[in-house]
Amino acid sequence: MGRLAALAGTLLTPHGIDRYLELIDPMLVREEIRAEVTEVRRQTPGTVTLTLRPSRAWPGFTAGQYMRVSVDIDGVRRTRCYSPAGSAHRPDRLELTIRAHEHGLVSRYLHHTARPGLVLGLSRPEGVFTLPQARPEKLLLISGGSGITPVLSMLRTLADEDHRGEVTLLHYAATAADVPYREELASLGTRPGTRVVLAHTRDGEGHLRGRFGERHLAEAAPWYRDARTYLCGPEPLRDAVSELYAEAGLSERLHTEEFTPPALRLDTGGASGRVRFARSGTEADNTGRPLLEQAEAAGLSPEHGCRMGICFSCTQVKAKGAVRDVRSGEVSDDENEEIQLCISVPVGDVEIDC
Amino acid sequence: MTGLQDRLTPQQVEDFGQEMDELRQRVVADLGKSDVDYIQNVIKIQRSLEISGRALLFAGFFPPAWIAGVGALSLSKILDNMEIGHNVMHGQYDWTRDPALSSQRFEWDTVAPAENWRHSHNYIHHTYTNILDKDRDVGYGILRIDPEQKWHPYYLGNPVYAVVLAFMFQWGVMLHDLEFDRVVKGERKWSEFAEVRKRMLRKASRQVGKDYVLFPLLTGPLAPLTLLGNASANVVRNLWAFSIIFCGHFPADVESFTERETEGESRGQWYLRQILGSANITGGPLFHILSGNLSHQIEHHLFPDIPACRYPKIAPEVRAICEKYGLPYHTGPLHKQLFSVAKKLVKLALPGGKGADEPKASTLNRDRNLSAA
Repeated sequence: MGRLAALAGTLLTPHGIDRYLELIDPMLVREEIRAEVTEVRRQTPGTVTLTLRPSRAWPGFTAGQYMRVSVDIDGVRRTRCYSPAGSAHRPDRLELTIRAHEHGLVSRYLHHTARPGLVLGLSRPEGVFTLPQARPEKLLLISGGSGITPVLSMLRTLADEDHRGEVTLLHYAATAADVPYREELASLGTRPGTRVVLAHTRDGEGHLRGRFGERHLAEAAPWYRDARTYLCGPEPLRDAVSELYAEAGLSERLHTEEFTPPALRLDTGGASGRVRFARSGTEADNTGRPLLEQAEAAGLSPEHGCRMGICFSCTQVKAKGAVRDVRSGEVSDDENEEIQLCISVPVGDVEIDC
Repeated sequence: MTGLQDRLTPQQVEDFGQEMDELRQRVVADLGKSDVDYIQNVIKIQRSLEISGRALLFAGFFPPAWIAGVGALSLSKILDNMEIGHNVMHGQYDWTRDPALSSQRFEWDTVAPAENWRHSHNYIHHTYTNILDKDRDVGYGILRIDPEQKWHPYYLGNPVYAVVLAFMFQWGVMLHDLEFDRVVKGERKWSEFAEVRKRMLRKASRQVGKDYVLFPLLTGPLAPLTLLGNASANVVRNLWAFSIIFCGHFPADVESFTERETEGESRGQWYLRQILGSANITGGPLFHILSGNLSHQIEHHLFPDIPACRYPKIAPEVRAICEKYGLPYHTGPLHKQLFSVAKKLVKLALPGGKGADEPKASTLNRDRNLSAA
């Protein structure tokens, strides 16, 4: 098969075999990774759970990782990062639970319009928010809101491994109605050694009530000092947990799915040239800050996400000029090149199609 | 020849440029799914034609199958190069962020490597359109197509070179990037083109490999027929591309410019030069698609990064703006434009030729329009 594919590739130069196979069925592609939506569930108001069947190039993932998911909206390919919520031991079936954010173009689109048969683009899985191969004896998973997906993936993966160690999931939500996977969580909580503790900030139906604090920790996992803790959730929760762990001298035992921005080494002193945003016809002096900030300062509101170069939401086409990647320091001056505005600093005159 | 700068008053140039910018903004703001659907549909047709053409050649012993196969393959190569390749590589679909439609990643079904071509075409030709000694597409460094080009006995072969170029066009486009003429004159060094040559060798061997080795071998005893079929399809595409492209800038009434008159050009003046230096070809919708919408060369040169399927839609507006400012809008049917180019190629084989095709001073038109306004 490999040799046959290689011959087909040579015969179908310069476009390559995928560009022909996709015309028969978009899921037949061999090199690109795609996934077809096979099931759509709306477990809680404001979220959608998609079951996906990945194409043959999908390499599988490790629980806790994320991948970039692309979908075409009004002719433009949009990309966001999501963590699969399913077990890593079922590579032929991926599950995404997505919360529709008020201004989230992609999350709202998927929430409103995803149907079985929709084909999405996937990247290879990325990220180091993963359990060590030798599973820890004691494990505490803390999540809030849609941050449940990577830790649920860990919990389901451990269940598939018939893991016998001590595991507690402490999950935060506003009310009981906002907790997806409630039945499954309850059943996972009956496994030996596993506990699922739901904490609600706005109703009293959970096991715990209110915001994260030492009291919750003492109730849910009194052994947390000896455990490895994995944390994924909104910023206030992250801050509260990180602070408590720091005070207890446990920071090293806390793993956070937090897209930590690299310390940007910005030398704005030598900034020169003009920045032109072609689509809006706006122009301004280069301040030496990342293009996303310069665009916002010029009164534009380009689409963006992480602001640190990982989510590709702010990708735009640079028509002309050179930019420096603030992470690598690499300068690139290709025409009509896709760049991420949030980590690109203009070097002299630059024109962006935005 | 009427100078570029004295056609319009500075204020008029400014207004004219602004109208063009506004037209562009309107189209850009309207781009969406229908544009993507259009190009995806063309791609689907092209790939289907390609597969059918290749398949029919497996039955090439049956003459109608051979002819149909060559026809389908020729159309496939024409669509791939003109409406898909040329336009995608201009960045017309970069806004979709689809890697398969990315100007930086697309590669076309011809021996010229995309990367070399993008530089000489998108940058040099589209920026310095019809500026003698700067736009290397004026005569492609082989032909005398403008009376301002200095005559040399070499140009006695002008018509013959043109015919050879037409048949070998894909190779001509590839070799164009080696800038032989400049190397011969000592303006550039052979060693500067090492990367360019490496890309050519790689791309050409892949193209030759599939069209002249692999596919013929796969058809077994029909190998010579398949080879002939593939070669024919390449030649049909060559002749077609040559005709369309030569009609874009070289018909008699199209103007050329000197470096001096284009120094410090404003955006409005740049637009103006694109209009004066390009010519459209009239025809039906199918003709426009097969020409890669280069039949709307004027609109293409004004807005090279707008999806080409938009050119026919904005052409009436562009034409109206030209009329308003008393500017010519060169257009004509293919046969008329081709004849005009052929006549020029023959005439310019001989010395002189200056002044023969000088366009009438259009400042007259301008003044008339001004007084009417």
